[in-house]
Amino acid sequence: MSTYLEFEAGVAALETSAARAEGEGRAAEAAELRERATRQLKDLYARLTPWQRTLVARHPARPHIPHYLAGLFTEVMPLAGDRLYGEDPAIVGALARFEGQSVVVIGHAKGEDTESRLRHNFGMARPEGYRKAQRLMQLADRFGLPVITFVDTPGAFPGVDAEERGQAEAIARTTETCLAIGVPLVALIVGEGGSGGAVAIAAGNRVLMLEHSIYSVISPEGCASILWRTPAGRGSKAPEAAEAMKVTAADLLRLGVIDRIVYEPVGGAHRDHALTMTRVRTALAEELAALEAQPRAALREARREKFLKMGAL
Amino acid sequence: MSWLTRGRARIQQILGRRDVPDNLWTKCRGCGTMLYTKEFEANLSVCPACGHHERIGPAARFALLFDGAVFERIPVEMPADDPLKFRDLKRYPERLKAARAATGEADALALAKGTIGTVPSVVGVQDFAFLGGSMGVGVGAAFVRAAEVALAERRPFVMVTAAGGARMQEGILSLMQMPRTTVMVARLKEAGVPYVVVLTDPTTGGVTASYAMLGDVHIAEPGALIGFAGARVIESTIREKLPEGFQRAEYLLAHGMVDMVVRRHELAATLGRLLRHLTRTPEPA
Repeated sequence: MSTYLEFEAGVAALETSAARAEGEGRAAEAAELRERATRQLKDLYARLTPWQRTLVARHPARPHIPHYLAGLFTEVMPLAGDRLYGEDPAIVGALARFEGQSVVVIGHAKGEDTESRLRHNFGMARPEGYRKAQRLMQLADRFGLPVITFVDTPGAFPGVDAEERGQAEAIARTTETCLAIGVPLVALIVGEGGSGGAVAIAAGNRVLMLEHSIYSVISPEGCASILWRTPAGRGSKAPEAAEAMKVTAADLLRLGVIDRIVYEPVGGAHRDHALTMTRVRTALAEELAALEAQPRAALREARREKFLKMGAL
Repeated sequence: MSWLTRGRARIQQILGRRDVPDNLWTKCRGCGTMLYTKEFEANLSVCPACGHHERIGPAARFALLFDGAVFERIPVEMPADDPLKFRDLKRYPERLKAARAATGEADALALAKGTIGTVPSVVGVQDFAFLGGSMGVGVGAAFVRAAEVALAERRPFVMVTAAGGARMQEGILSLMQMPRTTVMVARLKEAGVPYVVVLTDPTTGGVTASYAMLGDVHIAEPGALIGFAGARVIESTIREKLPEGFQRAEYLLAHGMVDMVVRRHELAATLGRLLRHLTRTPEPA
Protein backbone atom coordinates (compact mmCIF):
# COMPACT_ATOMS: atom_id res chain seq x y z
CA MET A 1 0.00 0.00 0.00
CA SER A 2 1.69 3.18 -1.08
CA THR A 3 1.17 6.56 0.51
CA TYR A 4 0.61 9.28 -2.05
CA LEU A 5 1.85 12.79 -1.45
CA GLU A 6 -0.47 15.74 -1.95
CA PHE A 7 0.97 16.68 -5.34
CA GLU A 8 0.60 13.09 -6.60
CA ALA A 9 -3.21 13.18 -6.59
CA GLY A 10 -3.40 12.79 -10.37
CA VAL A 11 -1.17 9.73 -10.31
CA ALA A 12 -3.13 8.26 -7.42
CA ALA A 13 -6.41 8.64 -9.34
CA LEU A 14 -4.98 6.93 -12.41
CA GLU A 15 -3.58 4.06 -10.41
CA THR A 16 -6.87 3.60 -8.55
CA SER A 17 -8.73 3.48 -11.87
CA ALA A 18 -6.18 1.01 -13.22
CA ALA A 19 -6.71 -1.25 -10.22
CA ARG A 20 -10.49 -1.08 -10.70
CA ALA A 21 -10.20 -1.85 -14.43
CA GLU A 22 -7.98 -4.79 -13.63
CA GLY A 23 -10.41 -6.07 -11.03
CA GLU A 24 -13.21 -5.93 -13.58
CA GLY A 25 -11.22 -7.86 -16.17
CA ARG A 26 -10.41 -4.94 -18.49
CA ALA A 27 -6.72 -5.73 -18.78
CA ALA A 28 -5.91 -3.56 -21.79
CA GLU A 29 -7.50 -0.48 -20.21
CA ALA A 30 -5.67 -1.17 -16.95
CA ALA A 31 -2.33 -1.38 -18.73
CA GLU A 32 -2.98 1.87 -20.53
CA LEU A 33 -3.96 3.66 -17.31
CA ARG A 34 -0.84 2.32 -15.61
CA GLU A 35 1.29 3.61 -18.43
CA ARG A 36 -0.31 7.03 -18.16
CA ALA A 37 0.29 7.03 -14.41
CA THR A 38 3.97 6.20 -14.91
CA ARG A 39 4.35 8.92 -17.54
CA GLN A 40 2.73 11.46 -15.26
CA LEU A 41 4.91 10.37 -12.35
CA LYS A 42 8.01 10.73 -14.49
CA ASP A 43 6.99 14.25 -15.57
CA LEU A 44 6.13 15.22 -12.03
CA TYR A 45 9.43 14.00 -10.56
CA ALA A 46 11.47 15.54 -13.34
CA ARG A 47 10.53 19.00 -12.08
CA LEU A 48 9.76 18.75 -8.37
CA THR A 49 9.79 22.04 -6.49
CA PRO A 50 12.14 22.25 -3.48
CA TRP A 51 9.13 21.95 -1.17
CA GLN A 52 7.79 18.87 -2.99
CA ARG A 53 11.25 17.37 -2.71
CA THR A 54 11.17 18.07 1.03
CA LEU A 55 7.98 16.01 1.24
CA VAL A 56 9.55 13.17 -0.76
CA ALA A 57 12.66 13.28 1.45
CA ARG A 58 10.37 12.80 4.47
CA HIS A 59 8.19 10.11 2.91
CA PRO A 60 7.56 7.43 5.55
CA ALA A 61 8.20 4.58 3.09
CA ARG A 62 11.54 5.97 1.92
CA PRO A 63 14.45 3.58 2.54
CA HIS A 64 15.93 4.18 5.99
CA ILE A 65 19.06 2.92 7.72
CA PRO A 66 17.65 -0.58 8.44
CA HIS A 67 16.95 -1.03 4.73
CA TYR A 68 20.46 0.05 3.80
CA LEU A 69 22.01 -2.17 6.45
CA ALA A 70 20.03 -5.16 5.16
CA GLY A 71 20.39 -4.34 1.49
CA LEU A 72 24.03 -3.35 1.15
CA PHE A 73 25.96 -5.06 3.93
CA THR A 74 26.65 -8.53 5.32
CA GLU A 75 27.89 -9.62 8.76
CA VAL A 76 26.24 -6.58 10.32
CA MET A 77 27.12 -6.15 14.02
CA PRO A 78 25.36 -3.21 15.69
CA LEU A 79 27.40 -1.54 18.45
CA ALA A 80 25.80 0.39 21.28
CA GLY A 81 26.56 3.12 23.75
CA ASP A 82 28.75 6.17 24.20
CA ARG A 83 30.55 4.77 27.32
CA LEU A 84 29.69 8.01 29.10
CA TYR A 85 25.98 8.09 29.71
CA GLY A 86 23.79 5.92 27.55
CA GLU A 87 22.65 4.38 24.31
CA ASP A 88 20.76 6.57 21.85
CA PRO A 89 18.69 4.66 19.29
CA ALA A 90 18.37 7.82 17.15
CA ILE A 91 21.84 7.09 15.78
CA VAL A 92 22.78 3.52 14.97
CA GLY A 93 26.31 2.29 14.47
CA ALA A 94 27.61 -1.03 13.28
CA LEU A 95 30.57 -3.00 12.05
CA ALA A 96 29.60 -4.46 8.69
CA ARG A 97 30.96 -5.85 5.46
CA PHE A 98 30.55 -3.90 2.21
CA GLU A 99 31.62 -5.57 -1.04
CA GLY A 100 33.71 -7.97 1.02
CA GLN A 101 35.43 -5.28 3.08
CA SER A 102 34.91 -4.47 6.77
CA VAL A 103 33.62 -0.94 7.40
CA VAL A 104 31.96 1.10 10.15
CA VAL A 105 28.43 2.27 9.36
CA ILE A 106 26.85 5.18 11.23
CA GLY A 107 23.43 6.62 10.52
CA HIS A 108 20.36 8.34 11.88
CA ALA A 109 17.37 6.07 12.48
CA LYS A 110 13.90 7.61 12.17
CA GLY A 111 11.83 4.51 12.82
CA GLU A 112 9.28 2.75 10.65
CA ASP A 113 6.03 2.81 12.64
CA THR A 114 4.63 4.76 15.56
CA GLU A 115 6.27 2.59 18.18
CA SER A 116 9.71 2.54 16.61
CA ARG A 117 9.52 6.23 15.67
CA LEU A 118 9.09 7.00 19.35
CA ARG A 119 11.92 4.66 20.29
CA HIS A 120 14.23 6.30 17.72
CA ASN A 121 12.92 9.77 18.62
CA PHE A 122 12.14 10.43 14.94
CA GLY A 123 15.86 10.46 14.15
CA MET A 124 16.56 13.39 16.47
CA ALA A 125 19.70 12.38 18.35
CA ARG A 126 20.79 13.35 21.83
CA PRO A 127 24.40 13.99 22.90
CA GLU A 128 24.95 10.29 23.63
CA GLY A 129 24.10 9.48 20.01
CA TYR A 130 26.73 11.89 18.75
CA ARG A 131 29.25 10.66 21.31
CA LYS A 132 28.61 7.09 20.17
CA ALA A 133 29.33 8.26 16.61
CA GLN A 134 32.64 9.76 17.82
CA ARG A 135 33.54 6.52 19.55
CA LEU A 136 32.84 4.44 16.45
CA MET A 137 34.76 6.80 14.16
CA GLN A 138 37.74 6.54 16.49
CA LEU A 139 37.37 2.77 16.50
CA ALA A 140 37.34 2.77 12.69
CA ASP A 141 40.43 4.98 12.71
CA ARG A 142 42.31 2.61 15.01
CA PHE A 143 41.62 -0.44 12.88
CA GLY A 144 41.88 1.17 9.46
CA LEU A 145 38.23 0.69 8.53
CA PRO A 146 36.47 3.10 6.16
CA VAL A 147 33.44 4.91 7.58
CA ILE A 148 30.13 5.20 5.71
CA THR A 149 27.47 7.49 7.18
CA PHE A 150 23.78 7.65 6.28
CA VAL A 151 22.35 11.07 7.09
CA ASP A 152 18.62 11.37 7.74
CA THR A 153 17.48 13.67 10.55
CA PRO A 154 15.14 16.61 11.04
CA GLY A 155 17.85 17.94 13.38
CA ALA A 156 19.47 17.23 16.73
CA PHE A 157 16.92 16.83 19.54
CA PRO A 158 15.90 20.15 21.11
CA GLY A 159 15.22 19.10 24.69
CA VAL A 160 16.14 20.02 28.23
CA ASP A 161 18.01 16.75 28.81
CA ALA A 162 19.97 17.17 25.57
CA GLU A 163 21.02 20.70 26.51
CA GLU A 164 21.88 19.59 30.04
CA ARG A 165 24.29 16.96 28.71
CA GLY A 166 25.92 19.31 26.21
CA GLN A 167 24.20 18.87 22.85
CA ALA A 168 26.29 21.66 21.30
CA GLU A 169 29.56 20.24 22.61
CA ALA A 170 28.63 16.76 21.39
CA ILE A 171 27.89 18.01 17.87
CA ALA A 172 31.03 20.17 17.73
CA ARG A 173 33.22 17.31 18.92
CA THR A 174 31.68 14.89 16.42
CA THR A 175 32.40 17.24 13.51
CA GLU A 176 35.93 17.58 14.87
CA THR A 177 36.26 13.79 14.91
CA CYS A 178 35.07 13.55 11.28
CA LEU A 179 37.85 15.98 10.37
CA ALA A 180 40.50 14.14 12.41
CA ILE A 181 40.31 10.51 11.37
CA GLY A 182 42.81 9.00 8.93
CA VAL A 183 40.45 6.58 7.18
CA PRO A 184 38.08 7.24 4.26
CA LEU A 185 34.80 8.88 5.30
CA VAL A 186 31.96 8.84 2.79
CA ALA A 187 28.67 10.48 3.79
CA LEU A 188 25.39 9.90 2.00
CA ILE A 189 22.39 12.16 2.64
CA VAL A 190 19.47 9.78 2.17
CA GLY A 191 16.52 11.86 3.41
CA GLU A 192 16.66 15.01 5.50
CA GLY A 193 20.02 16.58 6.22
CA GLY A 194 18.82 18.76 9.06
CA SER A 195 21.31 21.34 10.26
CA GLY A 196 24.09 20.75 12.80
CA GLY A 197 22.63 17.38 13.70
CA ALA A 198 23.36 16.29 10.13
CA VAL A 199 26.70 17.95 9.42
CA ALA A 200 28.13 16.39 12.60
CA ILE A 201 28.37 13.03 10.78
CA ALA A 202 28.60 14.40 7.24
CA ALA A 203 31.99 16.14 7.15
CA GLY A 204 33.40 13.46 4.85
CA ASN A 205 35.97 13.12 2.07
CA ARG A 206 33.05 12.67 -0.25
CA VAL A 207 29.49 13.81 0.39
CA LEU A 208 26.80 12.16 -1.72
CA MET A 209 23.12 12.93 -1.88
CA LEU A 210 20.13 10.97 -3.07
CA GLU A 211 18.39 12.93 -5.82
CA HIS A 212 15.30 13.87 -3.81
CA SER A 213 16.87 14.31 -0.40
CA ILE A 214 17.41 17.77 1.11
CA TYR A 215 20.24 19.32 3.13
CA SER A 216 19.76 22.63 4.92
CA VAL A 217 20.82 24.88 7.76
CA ILE A 218 17.30 24.89 9.23
CA SER A 219 14.03 23.20 8.26
CA PRO A 220 11.95 25.15 5.72
CA GLU A 221 9.27 25.50 8.43
CA GLY A 222 11.78 26.85 10.94
CA CYS A 223 13.22 29.32 8.44
CA ALA A 224 9.72 30.49 7.47
CA SER A 225 8.71 31.01 11.08
CA ILE A 226 11.78 33.16 11.76
CA LEU A 227 12.19 35.16 8.54
CA TRP A 228 8.58 35.30 7.35
CA ARG A 229 7.07 35.02 10.82
CA THR A 230 4.50 32.51 9.67
CA PRO A 231 3.41 29.65 11.93
CA ALA A 232 3.77 26.02 10.86
CA GLY A 233 0.85 24.41 9.07
CA ARG A 234 -1.55 26.18 6.74
CA GLY A 235 -0.36 29.57 5.56
CA SER A 236 3.26 28.72 6.31
CA LYS A 237 5.82 30.16 3.95
CA ALA A 238 7.83 26.92 4.19
CA PRO A 239 7.62 26.34 0.41
CA GLU A 240 9.09 29.81 -0.18
CA ALA A 241 11.78 29.19 2.42
CA ALA A 242 12.69 25.84 0.81
CA GLU A 243 13.04 27.66 -2.51
CA ALA A 244 15.14 30.51 -1.09
CA MET A 245 17.48 28.34 0.98
CA LYS A 246 18.59 26.13 -1.94
CA VAL A 247 18.11 22.76 -0.29
CA THR A 248 18.08 20.37 -3.25
CA ALA A 249 20.84 18.05 -4.43
CA ALA A 250 21.24 19.92 -7.74
CA ASP A 251 21.64 23.26 -5.91
CA LEU A 252 24.15 21.84 -3.47
CA LEU A 253 26.20 20.22 -6.20
CA ARG A 254 26.36 23.61 -7.94
CA LEU A 255 27.45 25.29 -4.69
CA GLY A 256 30.20 22.70 -4.21
CA VAL A 257 28.72 21.48 -0.93
CA ILE A 258 28.19 17.92 -2.19
CA ASP A 259 30.23 15.87 -4.63
CA ARG A 260 27.78 13.54 -6.30
CA ILE A 261 24.08 12.92 -6.80
CA VAL A 262 22.73 9.37 -6.68
CA TYR A 263 19.70 9.33 -8.96
CA GLU A 264 16.50 7.76 -7.68
CA PRO A 265 14.04 5.44 -9.42
CA VAL A 266 11.08 7.10 -11.19
CA GLY A 267 8.73 8.48 -8.55
CA GLY A 268 11.32 8.44 -5.76
CA ALA A 269 13.37 5.93 -3.76
CA HIS A 270 10.30 4.78 -1.82
CA ARG A 271 8.74 3.32 -5.01
CA ASP A 272 11.66 0.96 -5.67
CA HIS A 273 13.91 0.06 -2.76
CA ALA A 274 15.79 -2.60 -4.73
CA LEU A 275 16.83 -0.26 -7.54
CA THR A 276 17.79 2.40 -4.97
CA MET A 277 20.06 -0.12 -3.25
CA THR A 278 21.74 -1.03 -6.53
CA ARG A 279 22.51 2.57 -7.35
CA VAL A 280 23.71 3.41 -3.84
CA ARG A 281 25.93 0.31 -3.83
CA THR A 282 27.57 1.32 -7.11
CA ALA A 283 28.15 4.90 -5.97
CA LEU A 284 29.59 3.93 -2.58
CA ALA A 285 31.83 1.26 -4.10
CA GLU A 286 33.27 3.73 -6.61
CA GLU A 287 33.86 6.42 -4.00
CA LEU A 288 35.52 4.05 -1.53
CA ALA A 289 37.73 2.54 -4.22
CA ALA A 290 39.01 6.00 -5.15
CA LEU A 291 39.83 6.83 -1.51
CA GLU A 292 41.31 3.53 -0.41
CA ALA A 293 44.69 3.95 -2.04
CA GLN A 294 45.37 7.23 -0.22
CA PRO A 295 47.61 7.38 2.87
CA ARG A 296 46.14 8.45 6.21
CA ALA A 297 47.61 11.96 6.29
CA ALA A 298 46.47 12.67 2.73
CA LEU A 299 42.92 11.57 3.50
CA ARG A 300 42.71 13.83 6.51
CA GLU A 301 44.33 16.80 4.79
CA ALA A 302 42.11 16.51 1.70
CA ARG A 303 39.02 16.44 3.92
CA ARG A 304 40.15 19.53 5.81
CA GLU A 305 41.03 21.47 2.65
CA LYS A 306 37.65 20.63 1.19
CA PHE A 307 35.76 22.14 4.15
CA LEU A 308 38.16 25.06 4.52
CA LYS A 309 37.08 26.16 1.05
CA MET A 310 33.34 26.14 1.80
CA GLY A 311 32.06 29.54 0.75
CA ALA A 312 35.59 30.94 0.29
CA LEU A 313 36.18 33.30 -2.61
CA MET B 1 8.90 57.95 32.30
CA SER B 2 7.14 59.40 29.29
CA TRP B 3 6.15 57.31 26.30
CA LEU B 4 8.90 59.11 24.42
CA THR B 5 11.74 58.02 26.67
CA ARG B 6 10.25 54.57 26.99
CA GLY B 7 10.17 54.32 23.20
CA ARG B 8 13.75 55.43 23.04
CA ALA B 9 14.82 52.90 25.64
CA ARG B 10 13.19 50.20 23.52
CA ILE B 11 14.93 51.39 20.39
CA GLN B 12 18.22 51.52 22.25
CA GLN B 13 17.70 47.97 23.43
CA ILE B 14 17.08 46.84 19.89
CA LEU B 15 20.08 48.71 18.56
CA GLY B 16 22.25 47.44 21.38
CA ARG B 17 22.48 51.10 22.49
CA ARG B 18 25.13 51.85 19.96
CA ASP B 19 26.39 55.44 19.77
CA VAL B 20 23.04 57.13 19.90
CA PRO B 21 24.34 60.60 20.79
CA ASP B 22 21.51 61.68 23.08
CA ASN B 23 21.12 58.49 25.10
CA LEU B 24 21.75 60.15 28.42
CA TRP B 25 19.97 57.43 30.30
CA THR B 26 19.97 53.68 29.85
CA LYS B 27 17.46 51.32 31.35
CA CYS B 28 19.03 48.15 32.72
CA ARG B 29 17.53 45.13 30.96
CA GLY B 30 18.14 43.08 34.06
CA CYS B 31 16.40 45.09 36.78
CA GLY B 32 14.91 48.12 35.02
CA THR B 33 16.97 50.68 36.94
CA MET B 34 17.59 53.90 35.00
CA LEU B 35 21.33 54.42 34.70
CA TYR B 36 23.31 57.44 33.62
CA THR B 37 24.75 56.14 30.34
CA LYS B 38 28.23 57.59 30.82
CA GLU B 39 28.57 55.96 34.21
CA PHE B 40 27.06 52.71 32.93
CA GLU B 41 29.59 52.55 30.11
CA ALA B 42 32.43 53.50 32.44
CA ASN B 43 31.29 50.49 34.45
CA LEU B 44 31.85 48.34 31.30
CA SER B 45 28.09 48.25 30.64
CA VAL B 46 27.51 46.22 33.79
CA CYS B 47 24.56 47.37 35.90
CA PRO B 48 25.83 48.56 39.30
CA ALA B 49 22.46 47.65 40.83
CA CYS B 50 21.94 44.05 39.69
CA GLY B 51 25.18 43.06 37.94
CA HIS B 52 23.49 42.47 34.58
CA HIS B 53 26.10 42.30 31.80
CA GLU B 54 24.81 44.23 28.79
CA ARG B 55 25.96 43.19 25.31
CA ILE B 56 28.92 45.20 24.04
CA GLY B 57 30.40 45.48 20.55
CA PRO B 58 33.91 44.85 19.22
CA ALA B 59 35.26 48.37 19.89
CA ALA B 60 34.39 48.29 23.59
CA ARG B 61 35.49 44.66 23.91
CA PHE B 62 38.91 45.23 22.36
CA ALA B 63 39.48 48.27 24.56
CA LEU B 64 38.53 46.23 27.59
CA LEU B 65 40.69 43.17 26.86
CA PHE B 66 43.98 44.50 25.48
CA ASP B 67 46.65 45.91 27.79
CA GLY B 68 46.31 49.70 27.95
CA ALA B 69 43.47 49.48 25.40
CA VAL B 70 46.17 49.34 22.72
CA PHE B 71 45.44 47.12 19.75
CA GLU B 72 45.68 46.87 16.02
CA ARG B 73 42.73 45.80 13.90
CA ILE B 74 43.27 42.83 11.59
CA PRO B 75 41.39 43.55 8.37
CA VAL B 76 38.85 40.94 7.28
CA GLU B 77 37.93 40.38 3.68
CA MET B 78 34.47 41.39 2.59
CA PRO B 79 32.88 38.19 1.32
CA ALA B 80 30.79 37.93 -1.83
CA ASP B 81 27.38 39.28 -0.91
CA ASP B 82 24.33 37.15 -1.22
CA PRO B 83 25.65 33.88 -2.66
CA LEU B 84 22.13 32.41 -2.85
CA LYS B 85 20.34 35.58 -4.05
CA PHE B 86 18.23 35.17 -0.95
CA ARG B 87 15.03 37.03 -0.45
CA ASP B 88 12.58 36.82 2.45
CA LEU B 89 10.54 39.84 3.50
CA LYS B 90 13.59 41.93 2.60
CA ARG B 91 16.45 41.25 0.25
CA TYR B 92 19.54 39.99 2.01
CA PRO B 93 21.89 42.68 0.56
CA GLU B 94 19.61 45.32 2.08
CA ARG B 95 19.86 43.66 5.48
CA LEU B 96 23.65 43.47 5.11
CA LYS B 97 23.91 47.10 4.08
CA ALA B 98 21.83 48.23 7.04
CA ALA B 99 23.94 46.15 9.44
CA ARG B 100 27.17 47.56 8.02
CA ALA B 101 25.88 51.12 8.30
CA ALA B 102 24.67 50.59 11.88
CA THR B 103 27.86 48.94 13.16
CA GLY B 104 30.63 50.22 10.91
CA GLU B 105 31.91 46.62 10.65
CA ALA B 106 32.28 44.47 7.51
CA ASP B 107 30.56 41.48 9.06
CA ALA B 108 29.66 40.00 12.42
CA LEU B 109 33.20 39.02 13.44
CA ALA B 110 35.87 41.68 14.04
CA LEU B 111 39.55 40.92 14.71
CA ALA B 112 42.42 42.66 16.45
CA LYS B 113 45.80 41.89 17.94
CA GLY B 114 47.70 43.26 20.90
CA THR B 115 48.84 41.97 24.26
CA ILE B 116 46.69 40.57 27.06
CA GLY B 117 48.49 40.39 30.41
CA THR B 118 51.75 40.85 28.44
CA VAL B 119 50.98 37.89 26.13
CA PRO B 120 50.75 38.77 22.41
CA SER B 121 47.31 37.56 21.35
CA VAL B 122 44.72 37.60 18.59
CA VAL B 123 41.16 38.42 19.62
CA GLY B 124 37.97 37.85 17.64
CA VAL B 125 34.76 39.53 18.78
CA GLN B 126 31.41 38.51 17.42
CA ASP B 127 28.96 41.41 17.21
CA PHE B 128 25.38 40.63 18.15
CA ALA B 129 24.32 43.99 16.72
CA PHE B 130 25.36 42.78 13.26
CA LEU B 131 22.45 40.57 12.13
CA GLY B 132 22.36 38.86 15.51
CA GLY B 133 26.04 37.94 15.27
CA SER B 134 24.98 35.23 12.86
CA MET B 135 27.59 33.00 11.28
CA GLY B 136 27.84 33.10 7.51
CA VAL B 137 30.69 32.94 5.04
CA GLY B 138 32.06 36.29 6.25
CA VAL B 139 32.26 35.14 9.87
CA GLY B 140 33.81 31.85 8.74
CA ALA B 141 36.42 33.69 6.69
CA ALA B 142 37.27 36.03 9.58
CA PHE B 143 37.62 33.07 11.95
CA VAL B 144 39.98 31.36 9.51
CA ARG B 145 41.98 34.60 9.19
CA ALA B 146 42.30 34.98 12.97
CA ALA B 147 43.49 31.40 13.33
CA GLU B 148 46.00 31.87 10.48
CA VAL B 149 47.49 34.94 12.19
CA ALA B 150 47.58 33.08 15.50
CA LEU B 151 49.36 30.13 13.87
CA ALA B 152 51.82 32.24 11.89
CA GLU B 153 52.78 34.40 14.87
CA ARG B 154 52.25 31.68 17.48
CA ARG B 155 49.91 33.91 19.50
CA PRO B 156 46.97 32.56 21.48
CA PHE B 157 43.58 33.09 19.84
CA VAL B 158 40.85 34.39 22.14
CA MET B 159 37.42 34.10 20.57
CA VAL B 160 34.57 36.11 22.12
CA THR B 161 31.34 34.55 20.90
CA ALA B 162 27.87 36.07 20.53
CA ALA B 163 25.37 34.80 17.99
CA GLY B 164 21.81 33.77 17.46
CA GLY B 165 23.22 30.97 15.30
CA ALA B 166 23.79 30.44 11.60
CA ARG B 167 22.89 33.10 9.02
CA MET B 168 19.84 31.63 7.35
CA GLN B 169 20.11 33.92 4.34
CA GLU B 170 23.28 32.08 3.36
CA GLY B 171 21.53 28.72 3.66
CA ILE B 172 23.72 25.64 3.49
CA LEU B 173 26.88 27.76 3.13
CA SER B 174 26.33 29.05 6.65
CA LEU B 175 26.01 25.46 7.90
CA MET B 176 29.31 24.64 6.17
CA GLN B 177 31.05 27.23 8.32
CA MET B 178 30.74 24.77 11.21
CA PRO B 179 33.22 22.24 9.74
CA ARG B 180 35.20 25.08 8.13
CA THR B 181 35.98 26.79 11.43
CA THR B 182 36.49 23.41 13.13
CA VAL B 183 39.36 22.67 10.74
CA MET B 184 41.18 25.75 12.04
CA VAL B 185 40.55 24.79 15.67
CA ALA B 186 42.12 21.40 14.91
CA ARG B 187 45.18 23.11 13.39
CA LEU B 188 45.59 25.38 16.43
CA LYS B 189 45.43 22.39 18.75
CA GLU B 190 47.93 20.39 16.72
CA ALA B 191 50.31 23.36 16.67
CA GLY B 192 49.98 23.85 20.42
CA VAL B 193 48.64 27.39 20.03
CA PRO B 194 46.11 28.13 22.79
CA TYR B 195 42.51 28.65 21.71
CA VAL B 196 40.35 30.20 24.42
CA VAL B 197 36.62 30.85 24.11
CA VAL B 198 34.82 33.64 25.98
CA LEU B 199 31.09 32.97 25.76
CA THR B 200 28.91 36.07 25.96
CA ASP B 201 25.19 36.69 25.75
CA PRO B 202 23.78 35.06 23.67
CA THR B 203 25.71 32.17 22.13
CA THR B 204 23.38 29.65 20.49
CA GLY B 205 22.80 27.34 17.54
CA GLY B 206 25.51 26.41 15.07
CA VAL B 207 28.06 28.70 16.68
CA THR B 208 27.77 26.90 20.01
CA ALA B 209 27.78 23.58 18.15
CA SER B 210 31.13 24.33 16.52
CA TYR B 211 33.95 26.66 17.56
CA ALA B 212 32.32 27.95 20.76
CA MET B 213 32.50 24.52 22.40
CA LEU B 214 35.97 23.50 21.20
CA GLY B 215 38.22 25.77 23.24
CA ASP B 216 41.14 24.66 25.40
CA VAL B 217 39.42 26.68 28.11
CA HIS B 218 35.88 28.09 28.20
CA ILE B 219 35.08 31.30 30.09
CA ALA B 220 31.50 32.62 30.26
CA GLU B 221 30.17 36.02 31.27
CA PRO B 222 27.62 36.00 34.12
CA GLY B 223 24.04 35.36 33.05
CA ALA B 224 24.96 34.76 29.40
CA LEU B 225 22.47 32.61 27.47
CA ILE B 226 24.41 29.69 26.02
CA GLY B 227 22.87 26.69 24.31
CA PHE B 228 22.16 24.77 21.16
CA ALA B 229 18.38 24.92 20.69
CA GLY B 230 16.37 28.06 21.34
CA ALA B 231 14.08 28.17 24.37
CA ARG B 232 10.93 28.53 22.23
CA VAL B 233 11.83 25.50 20.11
CA ILE B 234 12.44 23.41 23.23
CA GLU B 235 9.21 24.56 24.88
CA SER B 236 7.17 23.73 21.81
CA THR B 237 8.85 20.30 21.55
CA ILE B 238 8.47 19.17 25.15
CA ARG B 239 5.45 21.34 26.00
CA GLU B 240 6.62 22.27 29.45
CA LYS B 241 8.12 25.29 31.14
CA LEU B 242 11.87 25.45 31.20
CA PRO B 243 13.70 25.29 34.52
CA GLU B 244 14.85 28.53 36.16
CA GLY B 245 18.28 29.60 34.97
CA PHE B 246 18.18 27.11 32.08
CA GLN B 247 20.96 27.66 29.50
CA ARG B 248 22.53 30.44 31.54
CA ALA B 249 26.29 30.62 32.10
CA GLU B 250 25.95 29.37 35.69
CA TYR B 251 23.86 26.38 34.47
CA LEU B 252 26.59 25.48 31.97
CA LEU B 253 29.20 25.76 34.72
CA ALA B 254 27.18 23.36 36.88
CA HIS B 255 26.82 20.95 33.95
CA GLY B 256 30.51 20.89 33.10
CA MET B 257 30.44 22.83 29.84
CA VAL B 258 32.45 25.90 30.90
CA ASP B 259 35.48 26.23 33.17
CA MET B 260 34.50 29.44 34.90
CA VAL B 261 32.05 32.32 34.99
CA VAL B 262 33.95 35.58 35.16
CA ARG B 263 32.64 39.13 35.72
CA ARG B 264 33.57 41.59 33.00
CA HIS B 265 35.69 43.62 35.42
CA GLU B 266 37.95 40.61 35.99
CA LEU B 267 37.91 39.28 32.45
CA ALA B 268 41.13 40.88 31.13
CA ALA B 269 43.11 39.95 34.25
CA THR B 270 41.75 36.38 34.18
CA LEU B 271 42.60 35.96 30.51
CA GLY B 272 46.05 37.40 31.09
CA ARG B 273 46.73 34.89 33.87
CA LEU B 274 45.37 32.02 31.78
CA LEU B 275 47.35 32.93 28.65
CA ARG B 276 50.54 33.30 30.69
CA HIS B 277 50.04 29.78 32.05
CA LEU B 278 49.31 28.27 28.65
CA THR B 279 52.26 30.00 26.98
CA ARG B 280 54.57 29.52 29.97
CA THR B 281 55.12 33.26 30.22
CA PRO B 282 56.61 34.48 33.52
CA GLU B 283 54.50 36.44 35.96
CA PRO B 284 54.95 40.19 35.35
CA ALA B 285 57.06 42.00 37.91
